[in-house]
Amino acid sequence: MNASFFAAAIVAGTPLLFATLGEIITERVGQLNLGVEGMMLMGAVVGFQVGLATSNPFLALLGAMAAGAFGALIYAFLTVSLRANQVVSGLTLTIFGTGFSSFMGKSLIGEIMPENIRTFWKADIPILRDIPFIGKVFFQQDLFVYLGYITAIALGIYLYRTRAGLNVRAVGESAPAADSSGIHVVLYKYVHILMGGALCGLGGAYLSLVYVPAWQENVTAGRGWIAVALVIFVVWSPYKALIGAYLFGGLDILGFRLQGYNIKISQYIIDMLPYIATILVLVVGSIRHSKENAPPKGLGVPYFREER
Amino acid sequence: MKRLFSMVIVVVLACSMLLTGCGGTGSTPAEKGGEPPKAEDMTVGFIYVGPIGDGGWTYAHDQGRLHLEQELGVKTIYRESVPEGPEVKNVMKEMIDQGAKVIFATSFGYMDYMEEVSKEFPDVTFLHCSGYKTTENMANYFGRMYEPRYLSGLVAGMKSKSNKIGYVAAYPIPEVIRGINAFTLGVRAVNPDATVMVRWTSTWYDPAKEKEAAKALLDEGADIISQHQDTAGPQQAAEERNVWAIGYNTDSQAKAPKAYMTAPVWNWGPYYADQVKAVMDGTWKSHSYWGGTNEGIVSLAPLTDLAPEGAQAKVEEVTAKIKDGSFHVFQGPIKDQAGEVKVEEGKALTDQELLSDKSMNWFVEGVEGKIE
Repeated sequence: MNASFFAAAIVAGTPLLFATLGEIITERVGQLNLGVEGMMLMGAVVGFQVGLATSNPFLALLGAMAAGAFGALIYAFLTVSLRANQVVSGLTLTIFGTGFSSFMGKSLIGEIMPENIRTFWKADIPILRDIPFIGKVFFQQDLFVYLGYITAIALGIYLYRTRAGLNVRAVGESAPAADSSGIHVVLYKYVHILMGGALCGLGGAYLSLVYVPAWQENVTAGRGWIAVALVIFVVWSPYKALIGAYLFGGLDILGFRLQGYNIKISQYIIDMLPYIATILVLVVGSIRHSKENAPPKGLGVPYFREER
Repeated sequence: MKRLFSMVIVVVLACSMLLTGCGGTGSTPAEKGGEPPKAEDMTVGFIYVGPIGDGGWTYAHDQGRLHLEQELGVKTIYRESVPEGPEVKNVMKEMIDQGAKVIFATSFGYMDYMEEVSKEFPDVTFLHCSGYKTTENMANYFGRMYEPRYLSGLVAGMKSKSNKIGYVAAYPIPEVIRGINAFTLGVRAVNPDATVMVRWTSTWYDPAKEKEAAKALLDEGADIISQHQDTAGPQQAAEERNVWAIGYNTDSQAKAPKAYMTAPVWNWGPYYADQVKAVMDGTWKSHSYWGGTNEGIVSLAPLTDLAPEGAQAKVEEVTAKIKDGSFHVFQGPIKDQAGEVKVEEGKALTDQELLSDKSMNWFVEGVEGKIE
């Protein structure tokens, strides 16, 4: 195990990190959105399309975020305004997003990102990059990776250290109580579902803009679902999401490195580890009844003001 | 207000279902008995395991479908990303409802279901790719991809400076093992010191994961990456490290222009046109088809400028020998990883030995890796 393995783990974990942060902020307002995979794919295709058309990395990012947020908007309208079932709506969004990305992607088959976007992201952080080991692992990466660090920390501060963050958590725990204390529940839900969608879109864009910068249909290959599990694994905490995402990313690529050392562990066992860990977290959490590690109480419950 | 909303939603959903329900069809099944169908009323169905947008395996089959349409003027229908489970039976039946007289199923996992459906619909011709079962009206077909893989090995062997070549492989099944062995034989024919390091991904289609496997190989010193999956991820990993790559399925130069040297590629079109023509002429018979370089169903894509000097001449020389039958990729002497002679001088592996998982379960000398 050397620095290049850990550096690769960070890269593999970055799309997971964005998607997980997106789902955390969504679930924190009490909405279970299973459309992560769909929103990631929408972000991937729109980001790619915009990048190709404009050769501008910032517009590509904005496009990806807008696409993810658009997917989330559909979900928000269905579940918050129409109070439709959240599980079904989320699954629908995954199917819709997958189709949307394949449809949009038809004209992108065989296209690759313009050179200036491909090279734009690579950037070492001065000074920090020279720290032995740590520098190679954390600070000789690409801009998306750094954006991931910043987003996770900013989201943590937002949730735990600001008034608005407190309100978010209140809405997620009990929408009726939050409503009666004067918080605009519907607005909070919409805003944070859309934020979550935008982050999922970024996760997808990382795959199509940086990681595999040529159009490949279904580039996420199920990573959205891993993110849904990750949210539970990191018990809805943006800080722990950093650790969780890189851990899952590392486990994802561990098998290839082990094959080189002639260690006899089946790849399938390694693939199972993250999920076994997730189940363990669920079991331990439910035994300990720890308030800190419990899901938002209002998760998945639609809010009817009239029925308060 | 709430009731109004839910009514609107119900109406919208109902309408969309009706619309999609009416979308697909348009043709009527040709009448049974009578004369063989004409090109206009000939409908051919294709079942794909992945999306056409994979730019790889399914894309290559779809190119074959387009070739067929162009050659014969028949109507074709297709379904993408069909799972390799019992659902495929319904897909086939739907296609038959839509008038399909010939159905191509292009992945191994469809085999048993196709066999079942073929018995139920004796008037329809079924062709299954990469399997081994046949019935009265179901044939199987595949290509000797190991031939161009050997050729790509020649190119890699001549190019490598570190004498370490990475090979990102999908699953340890005969098709993949055969490819790794053929590639390695090619590499060692021109560069006896080189080794081929294998990493299994357990995926056919996960661009990011396959790229990661390639990165692991690059970290161990490989300076050429070859692959057996349907994405360009491994080639892009090679490009990032300024080393070279060999693709698979289709010419993927555009996806990694600074790394791509060549690729062993499929060319299904002529076979598809021949088969449908035979059905229309009433001369079709069930068969097992394993075409090679001679039939043109597989070939090595044109070498790019990145290919080493002299590679073009070497590839042409060996291609000519394969074509006139004076060279067989798996002709002895061939040793396995332990150095034991598996194929003796003057002998070559038979098709049966190449195809079966009972016999194609060992690596040749020069492969670093194991079959799990």
